[in-house]
Amino acid sequence: MSHIPHIENESRRRFLHGAAGLSLAIYLPGTLAATGPGLPPDATAVAQNFEPNAFVRIGADNVVTVISKHIEMGQGTYTGIATIIAEELDAAWSQVRVEGAPADAKRYANTLWGPFQGTGGSSAMANSWMQMRQAGAAARAMLTAAAAQQWQVPVAEISVSEGVISHTASGRSGKFGEFVQLAADQSVPADIKLKDPKDFKLVGKHAPRKDSADKINGKAVYTQDIHLPGMLTAVVAHPPRFGAKVKSFNASKAKAIKGVVEVVQIPNGVAVLAKDTWSAKKGRDALRIQWDESSAFKLGSEQIFARYHELAKQPGAVARKTGDADAAFAQAAKVMRASYDFPFLAHAAMEPLNCVVRLGKDECELWNGEQMQTGDQMAIAALLGIKVEQVKINMLYAGGSFGRRGSKDSDYTLEAVTIAQAIKGRAPVKMVWFREDDMKAGYYRPAFHHVIEAALDAQGRATAWRHRLVGQSILTGSPFAGMVQNGIDPVSVEGASNLPYAIPAIQVDLHTPSDIQVPVHWWRSVGSTHTAYSTETFIDELAVAAGQDPVAYRLDLLKNHPRHTGVLKLAADKAGWGTPLAPGEKGDRRARGVAVHESFGSFVAEVAELTINPDGSLRVDRVVCGVDCGIAINPDIIRAQVEGSIGYALSAALYGAITFKDGVVEQSNFHDYPPIRINEMPKVEVHIVASGEKPTGIGEPAVPPLAPALANAIAAATGKRLRDLPFKTEGLKA
Amino acid sequence: MITLNINGKSTRVDVAPDTPLLWVLRDSLQLTGTKFGCGMALCGACTVHMDGQAIRSCTTPVSVAVGKKIVTIEGVDRLKVAQAVQEAWKRLDVVQCGYCQSGQIMSAVTLLTENRKPSDADIDSAMAGNVCRCATYVRIRAAIHEAAKALA
Repeated sequence: MSHIPHIENESRRRFLHGAAGLSLAIYLPGTLAATGPGLPPDATAVAQNFEPNAFVRIGADNVVTVISKHIEMGQGTYTGIATIIAEELDAAWSQVRVEGAPADAKRYANTLWGPFQGTGGSSAMANSWMQMRQAGAAARAMLTAAAAQQWQVPVAEISVSEGVISHTASGRSGKFGEFVQLAADQSVPADIKLKDPKDFKLVGKHAPRKDSADKINGKAVYTQDIHLPGMLTAVVAHPPRFGAKVKSFNASKAKAIKGVVEVVQIPNGVAVLAKDTWSAKKGRDALRIQWDESSAFKLGSEQIFARYHELAKQPGAVARKTGDADAAFAQAAKVMRASYDFPFLAHAAMEPLNCVVRLGKDECELWNGEQMQTGDQMAIAALLGIKVEQVKINMLYAGGSFGRRGSKDSDYTLEAVTIAQAIKGRAPVKMVWFREDDMKAGYYRPAFHHVIEAALDAQGRATAWRHRLVGQSILTGSPFAGMVQNGIDPVSVEGASNLPYAIPAIQVDLHTPSDIQVPVHWWRSVGSTHTAYSTETFIDELAVAAGQDPVAYRLDLLKNHPRHTGVLKLAADKAGWGTPLAPGEKGDRRARGVAVHESFGSFVAEVAELTINPDGSLRVDRVVCGVDCGIAINPDIIRAQVEGSIGYALSAALYGAITFKDGVVEQSNFHDYPPIRINEMPKVEVHIVASGEKPTGIGEPAVPPLAPALANAIAAATGKRLRDLPFKTEGLKA
Repeated sequence: MITLNINGKSTRVDVAPDTPLLWVLRDSLQLTGTKFGCGMALCGACTVHMDGQAIRSCTTPVSVAVGKKIVTIEGVDRLKVAQAVQEAWKRLDVVQCGYCQSGQIMSAVTLLTENRKPSDADIDSAMAGNVCRCATYVRIRAAIHEAAKALA
């Protein structure tokens, strides 16, 4: 018997309409038996399950399955979402497992984005918090109603703890699994009672990660690991320049390689399909392709920045105008000015991009570390001329993403589908990009050029701040393109246009070049990756010019911003700011630097301590952080995300640059796009503000302050301001 | 046909002798715990043990593995050192995306097998070949120290 709910129940209907994105429809099993998270229970199990909403399933076996609408790409969403549900459900943590949700915007939308399913913008916990609490609490209410019915006792006398339902007065108790059939017949309560935060047992405490075990024993399944019967693996030859097209190709050598099955042309190059990855790769490397580069991008990095510097000479589209900056500059006793160049950055996640596609008649099934379900469903449906619902996506773990897998135009998923299309779907296709393919395929953090000027009065106080930015629009060509208004892409100026400092006149303007054919993308903390750098180093320059302590100077201008103030004081205090720094070895210069930045609704301050050797090389010794992300659901995961963000930001600050020569990307692998290694990782101390504010994210917000904190420390140690990234430390030689 | 000894089992595969061991493991044998990250022995995601030594399987032709004992993440837990390492990894919740962690663990097991009380410098040296883009390095270091304590 299946538990399709009877919708005539009034309270159920109210729950349906009241809770955004929820539905009581039972998830029906899919069609293909492959392995991996994100797959439905098989049909025979449905009758044994209690599935009160889209997010929880409890079996007669007492296993509580949490269905996560958000991808687990390392940031801890699976554990976070399970923590919230298990808390309100009063489940035992040990009985909870997590699986990924199918692609279905009606049931699994990111409620901060509207009817759109996907993960990004550090929004998973923020949009899930109340929704998951209600889902867990509703399930608990129905279980207790079932127990009350079974035991013929008032429901008010029933208690739940650690997955056990009890009626103390009569000494009866039972586990969840014993009540699933009866619970499924209960009405969804009209009035769902949530826990008082003082009663939290999991939220704010230590709930060990649910994905740890399988990531330690080799069992965790990533897109790279999928094997389907009859599957072919495809390796693609991409054009050497953006905008180039295949003119002709010779596949004779490729086809002669053992294991190679077919060679097909696709919109973005030529794909070699083989029985295994290595044969496909050898085949791809044996292709001889002539490219039509007549419309291809051919600039070099120097030319790109020369154009940006030229554009910066003219006013741009105004993103913020408060007070009268022009007047303040006209009357200024002194003007300070600095300009900054930021390179393109690759995401370079450990798992190079890939995607598995099974193309059927009027349907398409993906296995993917899937970060942007609705975008991919819509793009693939449009390409194939099928309905969005006919695109099924099995969401797997991703071996990192940092934004890349949530492709703004479904580039890599569409590419995999075009390969499957080219062979008329006669076999499932696993498209595998090698590291070089991944590094050179674009979708970078855009290059940016900034100019900041401050007008100072005779006392050295800043009376005006003008900030000009030049860089490509990320949101254009994405599902969020509608947010680009009046020539302003909000993610180009985020972190600059909302400068928190109490300077009487602030003006921010933007140039968006449209003739740079490099595809650009959101990269962990997006606009803040560059805006935090220029703003937090320039404000530091103002502090130094005014002869003031950098923390005190900032605090004085943040009086209207209690949460910036809170994290800044916390980090400074815990770092021992103002106390003497232990000296290094002979000839070493040591210093601290600070930065504070708000992004994605969260506030992070970082104090970096570093050592600069006589030859100019530097070592980051310790980073002390103050973090305010509202209610801290999983404090240990927050700490881990801050640690990881600092490492990610440090790689970019020290080494990160994608450069172009005549339109060709010069980098290809980890030797010329180096990440930091364990010996370069500093000690990290994370202090979390105890906050009752609604939870906001932490996947990205600890990235922006790191580089400016380092630059400020470098300036304190050497007097030198590094205004371009990545750091050129040759100039720091003693 | 090539005969290999993988995790204590004799296995025959029909591959060219110059095929990298990594792809034999992942595709021929569907032992997908060992990962592909760079193909140039720069990242360590492909680390396995060959006669007890950590090697990068992406640049090791399968012919080199003939006659040797290959241990992958799927089979390493028979070693007492690996059990301590994996237990420490679990206790400290080292992993984030997890993709590099098989390689990290294999390298850490080799380190602790050869050096029961590694210093931070020893850890730097032994583990510098294993990249983690999630930068779980703080916890990798802590977990190695913790495993060393447990093995002491």
